[in-house]
Amino acid sequence: MGSAASGSLPRYILIRILLVVPMMFVLLSIVFLLLRVAPGDPVTAAVGDKLSPEALESRRAALGLDRPMLVQYLEYLGNVAQLDFGRTISDNRPVLEIIKNQGGATLTLTLGAFLFALLIALPLGRLAGRHRDTALDAVIRVFGVVSYAAPIFWVGILLVLFVITYVPDWPTFGIASAETEFYVPDRTGIILLDAVLANDSASVLDVLQHHVLPCFTLGLLLSGVIIRLVRVNVIQSLKDDYVEAARARGIPERRVVRKHAFRNALVPVITVIGLQFALTLSGAILTERTFNWPGLGNELVDYVTARDYVAVQGLVTFFAVAVVIVSVVVDVLNALVDPRVRY
Amino acid sequence: MRRTLTTIWHTRGLARYLLLAGVLLTAAFVVLAVFAPWIAPYDFAQNSTEAGERLPKLAPPSGTHWLGTNDQFYDIWSRVVWGARTALQVVLLSVLLSALVGVPLGLASGFTGGWLDRVLVFLMDALYSFPSLLLAIVFSFLLRSAVGGGVLAAALALTAVYIPQYFRVVRNTTVSAREATYVEAARALGARPFTIMRKYLFGNVVQSVPVIGTLNAADALGTLAALGFLGLGIQPTEAAEWGYDLSRALDDTSAGVWWPALFPGLAIILLITALTLVGEGLNETLNPALRRRRLQQVSFAPLSREGGAR
Amino acid sequence: MSAPVDPDVVLQAEDLRVWYGTERGPVRAVDEVDFTLRRGEILGLVGESGCGKSTLGRGLLGLLPEGAARDGVLRFQGRDMLGLSRREQNRLRGNELGMIFQEPLTRLNPLMRISEHFSETLRVHEKGISKDEVERRSLEALRVMGIPPTRFRAYPHEFSGGMRQRLMIALTLVLRPSFVVADEPTTALDVLVEAQIIRILHDLRDTFDTSLLLITHNLGIVAEACDRVAVMYAGKIVEIGEAAEVFRHPQHPYTRELLRSTISLSTTGLNFIEGAPPDLTTPPPGCRFHPRCPDAMAVCATREPSALDMPGGSRAACWAAAARHDLLTLDAEESAPLEREELSVADEA
Repeated sequence: MGSAASGSLPRYILIRILLVVPMMFVLLSIVFLLLRVAPGDPVTAAVGDKLSPEALESRRAALGLDRPMLVQYLEYLGNVAQLDFGRTISDNRPVLEIIKNQGGATLTLTLGAFLFALLIALPLGRLAGRHRDTALDAVIRVFGVVSYAAPIFWVGILLVLFVITYVPDWPTFGIASAETEFYVPDRTGIILLDAVLANDSASVLDVLQHHVLPCFTLGLLLSGVIIRLVRVNVIQSLKDDYVEAARARGIPERRVVRKHAFRNALVPVITVIGLQFALTLSGAILTERTFNWPGLGNELVDYVTARDYVAVQGLVTFFAVAVVIVSVVVDVLNALVDPRVRY
Repeated sequence: MRRTLTTIWHTRGLARYLLLAGVLLTAAFVVLAVFAPWIAPYDFAQNSTEAGERLPKLAPPSGTHWLGTNDQFYDIWSRVVWGARTALQVVLLSVLLSALVGVPLGLASGFTGGWLDRVLVFLMDALYSFPSLLLAIVFSFLLRSAVGGGVLAAALALTAVYIPQYFRVVRNTTVSAREATYVEAARALGARPFTIMRKYLFGNVVQSVPVIGTLNAADALGTLAALGFLGLGIQPTEAAEWGYDLSRALDDTSAGVWWPALFPGLAIILLITALTLVGEGLNETLNPALRRRRLQQVSFAPLSREGGAR
Repeated sequence: MSAPVDPDVVLQAEDLRVWYGTERGPVRAVDEVDFTLRRGEILGLVGESGCGKSTLGRGLLGLLPEGAARDGVLRFQGRDMLGLSRREQNRLRGNELGMIFQEPLTRLNPLMRISEHFSETLRVHEKGISKDEVERRSLEALRVMGIPPTRFRAYPHEFSGGMRQRLMIALTLVLRPSFVVADEPTTALDVLVEAQIIRILHDLRDTFDTSLLLITHNLGIVAEACDRVAVMYAGKIVEIGEAAEVFRHPQHPYTRELLRSTISLSTTGLNFIEGAPPDLTTPPPGCRFHPRCPDAMAVCATREPSALDMPGGSRAACWAAAARHDLLTLDAEESAPLEREELSVADEA
């Protein structure tokens, strides 16, 4: 009996993964169109004021930028398939190396932010949904709206000001103190993991402390969205038939909310958290800028300011790939959680 | 339209107060923006008095400078007031432009269907799935060389970001409206496709646009400030912009200087909240499914009969 | 006030009212209803849609939406139900009072296995029950309903509609409640499954001595399965009595018309009752059925009839029936046929 249901799960996953191809293709084409075709010559834009015309010409040739657009386009797609995101013009680094070095910081920032967001949003959203239209609900909703409306960098600045005043020793900028960066050997590109691997508890604590403020700031932004969603879903599921049936069996209201309404309200939350990945990336760029966090967002803004089209193209391509992959992972997770999706 | 206003007027309870609060707050910012030259004591990039005396640097809030001055010797209250003008200009322009492109595109795509529809949907979905700030960064990056770093460039960058949202909503409404019986009836009566679209669909579809418009305006405001904060938005020589002011304020936070950061941020958050409240309020009042009915308390009348034999 | 408690009476309602709060004022969905239910008795509750049947059924269990309220007297095994706290009500629900719903497809939590539904229900009501005991009792309930123990750990979506209704019944009966409301338990099911479910419900009395309020609009089911039947119209019980007697000698014109509207194999023409049930925020004065009643008299439009025992043993609230059996006398003015305006076109549509 269970076999028929679970038998279709691999098929569902396969189809979902096959859908990646056209989506990826469209996104990459948009990126290429915007960042390679539209702006004109990237070499002049980046280093035009530093090099002679002949030197610029040879740089262009070396990068293959003098060939027909179609050739460059196909080559771009081929390179991305091999995880080659190009080389920056301004400082001649492979973009993949930047991703390897700085991606870890962005990863731990976003994961930590999700953790904070869930810790804040799930209980608040449930409370607001259960006590709909009470003063409590109004307060939580306003909190949700404000935490979403507040510019993340402003929240970050205020938190820094607060911490500087009341907890002067707490770290407010960067991902680790200078000593930690110096003593912990880089093995994984994720400094938190490196510190754990080095078995250095002082460093682990230091890195964790550095994570608290940025992750909390970004988490606050996300929690606004999740609070709204959980609240609406709890209100919806409290009207569902099985909730009334549970009440008819004498299940206490608290348990009805927790085990029946809330659990079912969480299923769409997984999907939306996946959709919020784009929002998270936007927020991460700003958070990194605010806390001087050595992540990809910070790098991206630096390269934009340096007018390095190739670097920007490489990083944006990577973000596009990440968006597509996360959407697939979320759908698959969803299928694993909700037994109905497998049909 | 009048029915819409009547519905809004007759909504009761929390939704109405929130809507009202949003409208009043937004109106306050509109007043600041329109009358900025008279309200603001200084010009947006003025660092000395009329008499040529230099303004103090990073002076805390006081009687002469209500909200203090910042690291560029600017009066923060003036910057906030002028910033309201910039913000509303950019947001209004971008919302109008993206609606102007997105709505007809969505209508046409949803109504004609076929391969054009499919291609557009795929394209717009791809753009929509992209982080909006990233898109805004890319577009402002591209537009800077073409249009410069002013209000227009920022508005255009935001326009490109928000077109897919109008497109999606309008296209989906159109598709479902197209199948509705009254459109079918009109077609059966021999109305031309263009007439059908104009007469029967437009009014239906347009109802959802004010809601998306205000919510997008709130979002666009945040994105504008974010661009400014990253130094990729409106150039400081062009206009006063809250996000840029915040990026300047960041450097002084470690010294515990709070006033350059607090007030522009408050302005952003207030205006975004106000616009969100208007959008949500409109949504809740116009969308009956979300509307909360106010139940009257049950009080039992006395029994109607005098005991009754049993 | 201590009314004499008949140990055989499980449920007793006197002047029971269940009103909903709306924007326009209270809806008198159940208005001054009297009835008793004995141990092991099956009472059918019939009437048109919107007459308050489901509200009455839910009102008995206290399962009411926000803004609704109950009034009057409701005694369950002698206990006053309306004075109980929410917690005490919860303790009774499931344990002593059960409910079976109309649409079985949506009544089970899609994320919980069948086994989890059972263990939750048992553990809530019997603190400290052992795991083995939970399993033994659940499987026994499933066995009675003809569901194999191999499916104990399946999810709800893996069952058909008829099986899910049997699951719901098993889930209701695992605690052996002495009173169960079945709200149109077969409406969403096909005919063969319907007969099966009715059979199961009917057997409950013999196996568990359960009293049952069977809400339905299918008069055939009532004739088949019920001991007594109550007919509801516009929030009131207009007639109640032995099922056979009510069907053979309907006293209230509404009962009569309802029976005439029933389609069966021997039906020769289609009958229906003109008009629609009234708006229960502002019910008509007098007898609520008078605007649609073919026998209406002048008195019906002004004074509400009280329920009286008819010679055949049933009780009915009808001026005409009472006068016919000489239970009261009406003067000529009162008994004149009711003059009324023609039904408007809108009402007929």
